[in-house]
Amino acid sequence: MSELERIKKKLDRGQITRREFLSRMSAIGATAMVPTIYSADALAGPKKGGRLRVGLGHGSTTDGLDPATYENGFTADLNYAIHNHMGEVDEAGIIAPELAESWEATNGAKTWIFNLRKDVEFSNGKTMDSDDVVASFQHHMGETKSPAKALLAQVESMRKDGPHQVIFELAGGNADFSYIAADYHIAIKPSKDGKIDGGDGIGTGAFVLEDFDPGVRAFFKRNPNYWKAGRGHFDELEMLSIIDPTARTNALTTGEVDVMDRPDLKTASRLGQKPGIVIEETTGYLHYTFPMRTDTAPFDDNNVRMALKHAVNREEIVEKILYGHGTVGNDHPIAPSVAYHAADLEQREYDIDKAKFYAKKAGGISVKLSAADAAFAGAVDAATLYKEHAAAAGIEIEVVREPNDGYWSNVWMKKPWGACYWGGRPTQDWMFTTAYKGGGSWNDTFWAHERFDELLITARAETDSDKRRAMYYEMQQIVRDEGGVVVPMFANNVWAASDKIAHGTMAQNWTMDGNKFMEKWWFA
Amino acid sequence: MISLVKVVAQRVALGLLTLFIVSIFIAFVVELLPGDITQAILGQSATPETVAAFRAELGIDRPAPERYFEWLKGMLTGDMGKSLANKREISELVGRRLSNTLFLGGFAAAIAVPLSLILGVLAALYRNSWFDRSINSFTLTSISFPEFFVAYILILFLSVKAGWFPGISNISTDLPLSDRLFRSLLPAATLTLVVVAHMMRMTRAAIINLLSSPYIEMAQLKGVRPIRVILHHALPNAWGPVVNVIALNLAYLVVGVVVVEVVFVYPGLGQLLVDSVSKRDVPVVQACSMIFAGVYILLNLLADIVSIVTNPRLLHPR
Repeated sequence: MSELERIKKKLDRGQITRREFLSRMSAIGATAMVPTIYSADALAGPKKGGRLRVGLGHGSTTDGLDPATYENGFTADLNYAIHNHMGEVDEAGIIAPELAESWEATNGAKTWIFNLRKDVEFSNGKTMDSDDVVASFQHHMGETKSPAKALLAQVESMRKDGPHQVIFELAGGNADFSYIAADYHIAIKPSKDGKIDGGDGIGTGAFVLEDFDPGVRAFFKRNPNYWKAGRGHFDELEMLSIIDPTARTNALTTGEVDVMDRPDLKTASRLGQKPGIVIEETTGYLHYTFPMRTDTAPFDDNNVRMALKHAVNREEIVEKILYGHGTVGNDHPIAPSVAYHAADLEQREYDIDKAKFYAKKAGGISVKLSAADAAFAGAVDAATLYKEHAAAAGIEIEVVREPNDGYWSNVWMKKPWGACYWGGRPTQDWMFTTAYKGGGSWNDTFWAHERFDELLITARAETDSDKRRAMYYEMQQIVRDEGGVVVPMFANNVWAASDKIAHGTMAQNWTMDGNKFMEKWWFA
Repeated sequence: MISLVKVVAQRVALGLLTLFIVSIFIAFVVELLPGDITQAILGQSATPETVAAFRAELGIDRPAPERYFEWLKGMLTGDMGKSLANKREISELVGRRLSNTLFLGGFAAAIAVPLSLILGVLAALYRNSWFDRSINSFTLTSISFPEFFVAYILILFLSVKAGWFPGISNISTDLPLSDRLFRSLLPAATLTLVVVAHMMRMTRAAIINLLSSPYIEMAQLKGVRPIRVILHHALPNAWGPVVNVIALNLAYLVVGVVVVEVVFVYPGLGQLLVDSVSKRDVPVVQACSMIFAGVYILLNLLADIVSIVTNPRLLHPR
């Protein structure tokens, strides 16, 4: 692929911003071609109108409107249609202001001051102020089942200062708190007497909920006084829950929906050949892993871990399990699109000699690998490929096929070596704290590394960008060389859409433009 | 006539007893499933504290028998309770889905029942002819394929290739009847193809069975036309077995259509039941099971009544 095509593809997938695109194009002397490459629709700017119909592979009759219960792709999209949050992750993976127009961290990132936007109205006519923000956060603290509760445990106190300012005091410094504050669960909703009604379906978002039949369909109309400039183009939005991938594909090919998420990867390229349908993808945070319990023999020996990390052919697994819709992993959980990703860290290759070397140091390796497709689609096949790759280095892997039902409670974090997936997190601190910090409840490798844990705390409170970068680079290297996880691949977010839909550069934190397709896309 | 009332009363009482046993059985089985609604909903974020808080909020930290009897009390007073997962009234939740399911089942039955009766009578009339054989092999073929396969074949040809029908049944409540019928035609056709063989072959067999009886021979000897022999002499005596098979298939059209619902994304009761089981939403599972069991019992009762009424020997027992 020529450099020109590579840059163009990156732009299409939203891996680079428009500014970066232009600078790279000028670097290879191709600026004259920009207007023809940058799609005409994107340059012409968004058009208003139309009804966007989306078929989603999520949704259940048990879904509710309360933000504290959001747990699947359907409710996440519904959430982004009717609500806004304190901030949103932009196209470059950086948190940008949304309902907060600016924020400031002081006192070693322990005190956070959020300045709220003025004149933002909820769909019930109320003007948003600091009381609403405080109540919306409180909804996820204390006696609650909200998944955001653990994230907000670091908040010691929260108070308003006037109608347009909210101040958080944290237990320890956290330079990434603005990402936490923008977690998708923490939707800002109107309060009454210091409380929000989770199920009222009212927010400040680009759409107003008209009808919601859980597990079936949600229907929205455009919010006529949406505050965000240049967003919210469709007149109407209809989201259908279509769990079966074949039915979803039928819906798209027969024109019943304009967009479908998660097409069957096996047939995605055939689907893309159909006139009028395009397959789109972005590199997200989603990665598939093989975590080893480093507190259990033989995985407590780093030689065993290193031998196994060198004994897998990542390219082949990406090609055969993801059908090319992904990128190889480097044995750490940080996606290329996350800030401070160590791009110059050497890519780990399939190296039979090194695998043999480490295996010899470990005194021979014969292990069991537990896998089920509950971990990720194709996990058992990936494990079988792994076994064949390792056999070439004299390493014996026995693939144990586990039942899907109960995989997460009986196999994951129980068996010494298994398969797993991680949706990923928008910051390094978030990801590392969740799954790599010594003693963490989701630390599925039971790994504890003194230097790593120390860096984690220091980097969290560090506000100097260069110093943080250095620390995060070192942490990625530590996980790669001493950690207990094999990360063979990052899976792309893939979806299929009608070619009538246009969009600009896309965010990558979630699938379909950071789950904000409904307010960012338009009909060309 | 008095005996008929007695039979019906007996059957209704037995039906209620069956419903009661089914409800105990369902409660017991759902209790056996690993995990509960709190873990199913919280997923990876199910820490011991959040689970405990959620359980207390839903009131499912109490022992199972206590919850069952509370549910039974509510049920007897006509209160189906609320869904544990989204706190909506079950009657409202189920109502919308049940009407969709009955609509699809009714639509399919309106096509399938007359069609199979007519085909069955014709097949009996022209038995062993090319017509009989081709009808038999066609219906046997369609019943032999799994429903999802029949559905995909219909979608492929009528929807993807020809573009005549929508590929999924997006039924919203504000659609006019004609649109609803149009959008449910493919699922109804699929169900029709699946159930026709059973009813049609039963009609044919029941009629042919009677054709060797002396009174049919008598009718033939006195020169009655074959179609009249079948419609006036054979069919009235064949109703018993035929109606039983029809009832069985009607029940199937209501309770057994979850696969078709998934393929066509039709928002029916089966989908609701599957969702609720996977989320361990016990009250909704109970409500759906009661409805399904009730439909079975009611249709079987109807079939029995019809076979009694159409058979003088059963209607006036000596």
